Amino acid sequence: MAVRLDKSWIPLNDENVAKLAAHLGVYQLANDDGEILYIGMAGARSLFGLKGELKTALEEPPAGVTQFRIEVNMSYRTRRLELLQTYMHDHGELPAANTDIDANSIGRLRPG
Amino acid sequence: MDLALTEEQQLIVDMVRRFVREEIVPLEADLDPDADELPAEDFDRLVEMVKNMGLYGLDTPPEYGGPEIDLVTRCLIAIECGQHRAGLYAPCYYVFGGARQAQLFEATAEQQDKYLYPMLDGKKKVFFALSEPSGGSDPARAIQTRAVRDGDDWILNGTKLWISGADRADYGLLFARTGGPGRGGVTAFIVETQWEGFNVRRAVHTLRSAKYANEIELTDLRVPHENILGQEGGGFAIANDRLMRQRIPYAAECIGIAVKANEMAVEYSKIRETFGAPLSERQGIQWMLVENEIDIRAMKWLTFDAACKADRGDPFRTESAIAKLQCSELSGKVVDRSMQIHGGLGVAKDLPLERWYREIRIRRIGEGPSEVQKHVIARDIIGSGLR
Repeated sequence: MAVRLDKSWIPLNDENVAKLAAHLGVYQLANDDGEILYIGMAGARSLFGLKGELKTALEEPPAGVTQFRIEVNMSYRTRRLELLQTYMHDHGELPAANTDIDANSIGRLRPG
Repeated sequence: MDLALTEEQQLIVDMVRRFVREEIVPLEADLDPDADELPAEDFDRLVEMVKNMGLYGLDTPPEYGGPEIDLVTRCLIAIECGQHRAGLYAPCYYVFGGARQAQLFEATAEQQDKYLYPMLDGKKKVFFALSEPSGGSDPARAIQTRAVRDGDDWILNGTKLWISGADRADYGLLFARTGGPGRGGVTAFIVETQWEGFNVRRAVHTLRSAKYANEIELTDLRVPHENILGQEGGGFAIANDRLMRQRIPYAAECIGIAVKANEMAVEYSKIRETFGAPLSERQGIQWMLVENEIDIRAMKWLTFDAACKADRGDPFRTESAIAKLQCSELSGKVVDRSMQIHGGLGVAKDLPLERWYREIRIRRIGEGPSEVQKHVIARDIIGSGLR
C-alpha cells in the first residue's frame, strides 16, 4: 500500500456522493488545484461511513473544497494518522481545514 | 498454592473494578470503537483519581515513586483493568501510568536524569527497538543493525521493524551489533529521535487498528558512547530480562478480556431465545460456557503460579512462558466462543468482541510467539543443550 493517496480527484457533488457506499475508511478534500485541504476518516461511529462523511462535507464544505477522494480501509484511525504525518512531512504543517487535530500530537514520519 | 486474596488485595480488586465500570466503560460509549486514547480532560481527571487511589505508576519501583505491590497484586490489577473495549492493549487508557521501559531503571545516574525521570514524569515518550526485518524472536542471531566506534561516538546503520510508538517518542532503547555474532555482540543504546539519521520510514498497519507499528531506518546515526545502556556487549541480557519480566503481567492482561467476554456470553445466553427457549438451555451453548469457565480458571492458576514464584524469588522462567503461552491461546478461544454465542451481534462493532478477537490474535505473536515459549519450556525440561 502506497503511503500517499494517489487516486484521482472526484468532484464533490450530489451525484458522486450518492454513488458512495457506507464503508469505513479515509478521505481527502481538495480545492480545484488538487491541494489537500482536509484529511478525514469515516469511523465505526460514522452513520453511513464514507457516504455520510462526504455528505456532511458536501453540505458544509471547508473553504475552497471542490473535490474529494477516498480509500476504503478498516484501519481508518492509523491510516488517517499516516496521511496526516505524511502531509506534515511534505508541507511542514497540517492541511488548512484540519483544525480538529493538534499538530504536536501526531508524531513524525519521514517516508522515503 | 492458595489463591484466596488477602484483605488488601480484595480491597484493591474491588476499587479497580469499580473504577473500570464507573469511570472507564461509560466514556467508551462516545469513543470510536478502535480508540486507544481519551480526551485530554478525561485523561487528566482520571490520572488524578488513580493517584488518589495510590496506584499510579504500576510498573515503577517504589524507590522511584511507584506503589508497593507484589507481582500477584499487579496481575490482579491487570485482570481488572482489561475489562473494557480497549482493555487489552490500552488498559484503562494508560491512566495507571502506562508502559515503562524498565531497563532505564538500571541506567547511570546521568542517564537517569536525562532519560528516566522525564519518562516517569510523563513528559517524554519512549520506544523499544529490538526486532528487525530479519526477525525478532531470536535477537542474538537476527540483529543486523551495526554500530561502529568512531572516537567518542558510535555510528549506527540498519533497519528496525515492528517498533511501537517510535514516531511519537522522544527517545528509545535500540539494540545494535557492536561485536561478532551471538549474544555477546549486541549492545543497547539510548537514541534520540530528533538526531540526524534517525528516520521513521513508515507505519505498518495491522489487525490492531488502534495502533500501528513503525519501521525505522538508521543512516549514519551518531550516538555518543555515554548513551550505551549497561555494558558494551551486554544488550542481549538487557533485552532478555525485559521480555521475561513482562511475560507474567502480559499473560494477566489476556485474562481480563476473557473474563468480560464470558460474562457477556453468559448474560446474552439467558436473554436470547431461539426456537422457544433461551440459548442457555441449549447443551451446545452450555458446553461453550463451561469451556470458557475452565479456560479462564486455567489461565488464572498458571498466571498466579508464575507470579507467586517470582514474588518468592524462585526461578520462574518456565512458569512465565507457560502462563504467556496459555493465556494468549486460551483467551482467544474464550473470545471466539463468546462471539459465536452472540451470533451476528458478536462480529458487529457495536460490541467489543470483534476488537478483542482481532487484538488477542496478536498476543500469540507479541512478546515471544507461542512456539518460542514452547522452545523455552522444552529447553528447561530437556536441558539447556537444546538448540
